[in-house]
Amino acid sequence: MSAGRADWPLWEVFVRARRGVSHVHVGTVHAPDAELALQNARDLFTRRSEGVSLWVVRSSDITASDPDDRGEMFEPAEDKTFRHPTDFELPDEVANM
Amino acid sequence: MDPLLIYTLRQGDRALVLAQRLLEAVTHAPEIEEDMALSNLALDLIGQARALYSYAGEVEGDGHDEDHFAYWRDQHEFLNPLLVEQPNGDFAQIVVRQFLHDAWAAPYWNVMQHSGDETLRALAGKAAKETAYHLRHSRSWVVRLGDGTDESHARAQTAVDGLWRYTGELSEIDDVEHALAADGVIPAAADTLHDTWRNSVGDTLTEATLDMPDDGIMHTGGRTGRHTESFSYLVGEMQVVARAHPGAVW
Repeated sequence: MSAGRADWPLWEVFVRARRGVSHVHVGTVHAPDAELALQNARDLFTRRSEGVSLWVVRSSDITASDPDDRGEMFEPAEDKTFRHPTDFELPDEVANM
Repeated sequence: MDPLLIYTLRQGDRALVLAQRLLEAVTHAPEIEEDMALSNLALDLIGQARALYSYAGEVEGDGHDEDHFAYWRDQHEFLNPLLVEQPNGDFAQIVVRQFLHDAWAAPYWNVMQHSGDETLRALAGKAAKETAYHLRHSRSWVVRLGDGTDESHARAQTAVDGLWRYTGELSEIDDVEHALAADGVIPAAADTLHDTWRNSVGDTLTEATLDMPDDGIMHTGGRTGRHTESFSYLVGEMQVVARAHPGAVW
């Protein structure tokens, strides 16, 4: 069975653990198409009942920020502490924040 | 033997022997992801076999557990259909064998959810969900390979042609089934399984641009203990550890 790993594109996998929470990135799988990517993701990332919903996205379809741009992208937010909700007390009833 | 015992062993052996073939294929799939997929199918099938063997032990009433049926029967006592014992070829052959089986097993377990036998009915509920997924996986591979490259198409067609002669046995009905149908253990809807299988397989082969072979001579006998040549090697490998260390536990 000679199909090389290079033949199968990479897919990013997102799992939703339960109703009401967001899909969270958990890893990647190789697959020749979306259908099999979903099946492979199911076998690798939900084998211990980790989820109720799966997304797969072709890795090449993701536009990522450049690590070298970290300074200009993220540092300007560091001194704007007024954006943090530190003056608010979170009620116990609010989960999943 | 009690028809219910024979019948339960036929279903348990079908699951166990197919699982054993799948496990032989693990580490030989085209990608590690597919190794995982094949072993997951096998684990579901082993779970089904264990439940069926436990029930067979109850029905038989001689105190035999699931290990007895898996490890301490000889090959002529295994009652699986010949399709599932066919030795692994290339990857196309492995997934086509799985698909031809799953297209029968998925509707089979759906029908058995209406069995008059409480244990089989409960078991069918779990197996139906598992097998629906197996069919989804194997079916998607048949379409992917059949409607893929010239090479994958040719390999898939060769696999379909080579395995077709073992498919007739899946839907065979003999005195065992007749007796259990009369008792309501096998629901009347089981009569439609062959048509359901044929329609499902036909639709998939069409989508996969593969030809459905003509029904020629169908090989049969596995369900009465007459197996094909390679089966003795499968049984030997499966049982060697248990027989070398009788009663071992961990």
